[in-house]
Amino acid sequence: MILFILCFILFMVGLYGVMTRKNLIKIIIGVAVMEYSVNLFFILVGYVDGATVPILTKGFEKGPFVDPLPQAMILTAIVIGLATTALLLSIAIRLYRKYGTFDIRKINSLKG
Amino acid sequence: MEIYLIIMLVLMILGSIYSLHAKDLLSAVISYGIVGFGLVISFLLLQAPDLAIVQVVVEIVTLVIMIAVIKNTTHEENEKSFSFSTIFYLAVVLVFAATFFIIFDKMTGTLSSFGQHFTRMSTAYIEGAHETGSANLVTGIVFDFRAYDTLGEATVLFTAVIGVLTILRLKGKKKDYK
Repeated sequence: MILFILCFILFMVGLYGVMTRKNLIKIIIGVAVMEYSVNLFFILVGYVDGATVPILTKGFEKGPFVDPLPQAMILTAIVIGLATTALLLSIAIRLYRKYGTFDIRKINSLKG
Repeated sequence: MEIYLIIMLVLMILGSIYSLHAKDLLSAVISYGIVGFGLVISFLLLQAPDLAIVQVVVEIVTLVIMIAVIKNTTHEENEKSFSFSTIFYLAVVLVFAATFFIIFDKMTGTLSSFGQHFTRMSTAYIEGAHETGSANLVTGIVFDFRAYDTLGEATVLFTAVIGVLTILRLKGKKKDYK
């Protein structure tokens, strides 16, 4: 249970970063931290005590495995997370070229 | 085993807090690397080597992209100026945290505690693993039982690449419509 709560705290640190930081790069870091904490939470839920890696090797064909389903889901989610982070960073570069700053208080003109 | 995971998670939390408060953006990005590589070690401890390998690659690529962005722009943190909106946002975060914690507490109440998980859903996958011909159950699920997920992932990746190329294109189309 303490592991689940620590995972929740990590998510909340990411949310705190997104809400209170004024720098675009730090906001992106906050988003990525939130995503990592969710990934870790899924794997924590799927863990079984004393179980082995879900790979069929000699002598371990039947043996208790950790749950392979959340691992398969998170494998997809990690790669998608990289894609979204790269997209956010490219938007940040574009904004920097236009405004010359990462400060979101100065990026406030809607004129094209 | 559980104590190592607790140590890794505390390290990740400290790294992310430092990363959000660092004076320099480069040190912020590097301490963000603590979170990613701590996650890699946690995956290894949790018997998920496939995820650990993917996470190492993804983390290194993310750090390289972030450092490239900072090297091409600036690594100065913008100057601090106190304003009342900061207090407002902190209050919003606290409200969010309280709400999420209530939901989280209810949700984890229905889950079994750490390590006592009962593989209800994936029993069929584990028993039918020999049909896929794959020795690794995770890749068996990703590429065989749930291949449509991989198709969706490819679609998302394609869209993201198109988006990055469109955003970073240097010149727009010439506006010569008359």
